[in-house]
Amino acid sequence: MTGNNNKYLLKLYITGHTSRSARAIVNLRKICEEELNGHYEMAVIDILEQPQLAEDEKILATPTLIKALPLPLRRIIGDLTDSEKVLLGLDLLPLDTDSTG
Amino acid sequence: MTATDDQKEASKTPVLKLASGIEGFDLISQGGLPIGRTTLLAGTAGSAKTLFAAQFLAEGIRKHDEAGVFVTFEEPPEDIRKNLLSMGWKIETWEVEKKWAFVDAAPQPGEEIVMAGDFDLGALLARIEHAVNRIGAKRVSIDSLGAVFTQFSDSGLVRAELRRLAAALRAMGITVIMTAERTDEYGEIARFGVEEFVADNVIILRNVLEDAKRRRTIEILKFRGTVHRKGEYPFTVLPDQGIVIIPLSSIELKLRSSDLRVTSGSQELDRMCGGGFFRDSLILVSGATGCGKTLMTAEFIAGGSENNEKCLLFAYEESREQLIRNATGWGIDFEKYERDGLLKVVCAYPESAGLEDHLIQIKAEIDLFKPNRIAVDSVSALERVATRHSFRDFIITLVSFVKQREIPGLFTATTANLMGGPSVTESHFSSITDTIILLRYVEMLGEMRRGLTVLKMRGSMHEKEIREFTIDNKGMHICKPFRNVIGILTGKPEYLTMDEMDRVGSLFAD
Repeated sequence: MTGNNNKYLLKLYITGHTSRSARAIVNLRKICEEELNGHYEMAVIDILEQPQLAEDEKILATPTLIKALPLPLRRIIGDLTDSEKVLLGLDLLPLDTDSTG
Repeated sequence: MTATDDQKEASKTPVLKLASGIEGFDLISQGGLPIGRTTLLAGTAGSAKTLFAAQFLAEGIRKHDEAGVFVTFEEPPEDIRKNLLSMGWKIETWEVEKKWAFVDAAPQPGEEIVMAGDFDLGALLARIEHAVNRIGAKRVSIDSLGAVFTQFSDSGLVRAELRRLAAALRAMGITVIMTAERTDEYGEIARFGVEEFVADNVIILRNVLEDAKRRRTIEILKFRGTVHRKGEYPFTVLPDQGIVIIPLSSIELKLRSSDLRVTSGSQELDRMCGGGFFRDSLILVSGATGCGKTLMTAEFIAGGSENNEKCLLFAYEESREQLIRNATGWGIDFEKYERDGLLKVVCAYPESAGLEDHLIQIKAEIDLFKPNRIAVDSVSALERVATRHSFRDFIITLVSFVKQREIPGLFTATTANLMGGPSVTESHFSSITDTIILLRYVEMLGEMRRGLTVLKMRGSMHEKEIREFTIDNKGMHICKPFRNVIGILTGKPEYLTMDEMDRVGSLFAD
């Protein structure tokens, strides 16, 4: 995997300042700091303020984290409490864990 | 329910309705969909749910200048645009004009989704609200709920979120249709228990297989706090109109009988009927194959056209060429009447379309041509494409079309047996027709003759005798009664000798 060498572009979509939104932001910051070593750019988008952006990205559920870069594009839905799943979604887990099946 | 009951119930409750614009629906729903509410539209696969949901928006735009938002969970918008182009709806243009907006919630192909914690569908709600506000929508269609449940495994959460969505739209005063899948035509209302949160108004679309034929119906199961018609109504899907519902009993039978008479096309038959058919009557001509029904139809048409009446003929047994050739053989020139604009012949094979489609074609032709008399030869040919239920509905609706226009309608029915006996058509028809004429083969001394009798004529004296008739190149000639034969109608004619005749006659002598 070459993921670690590239810069991550992450977009987190939330709806308003709810506790769930806050939780997602905190969880994402933590993972980024621990795993990405500053090689990332992160944007938080409040859909209530910019609904057209949600329309363009066809977001249904919130919070939704979109890994725009590196490819492949991936959506991670939820407040990101399940950090193992988040790492999986960001291609940050070692390959063997990914392909146990 | 009587009219007063309707009024009482309506005055109690202030639920107003939004005219959908879908043909026939506003009649059976007595005004349309409950305004500002969510209506659940449930149906099995292929029951035209998506079409209904889309048509609700399209008619809003075309007939009421109301914008609409289509939320799709299943098909991508490109597919919907393309599919509905065949209905003649230019959705793309409407989108540019801000009359139609899509909220595309269909699964994105090839995209991986990872679930990592708690979520809600706040983004979807925000998008729908945004779309509604952006174009000032009055109508929203959501198609279909089942697909939301398959996108997210937590159905409890989806149910709660959809309830929130319905409440939000209600607060905005939007009239909403949500579609949902059913597994059985006559089972639970919908899958995933969606009726729990949109239980107030439920419509069911069915696509039932009956006698190896498909029959589409719509039923309004409930409208909370307001009235609607009960039961299933047949509908069809037409290429340029979409869904057309046939509001069977909603068609009023204005029983304003007229005592004006019109000619049957045969002077002798007019005499037998006491001066002709009534102008707004229905005439059923019943007989075995080849015994003169089409001839009688042709004479009925000729009788009208000669009096400068416009005649409309629906032929389901013969091609146009056959029909014209046969009529020529009886001295009747259909082509001349057509040139004069007095006749329109519509030929169709019964199998070319479903019964509902035939019915809608008949209605469309009647509305277009505005005839003074119509004939259908034969109604029983259409039995072939009908199911038991649908044929009865068909007959009733057909009759009401004709009755409404207060014109005479002549329908022919073929009896199954050569010598007599009833047909299905007759049994559905006889109580609502005003006049019944029977044509029968009569076997006499090794020879087939033809007999005719006026079995019934509502509101008029008529001859009760069974008259012989012959056919030649000038048409039909009604002759003297069969004096010496009994049992013609039952199909077992018996020839009486002169002795017996005298004896029977003398029984009633002074």
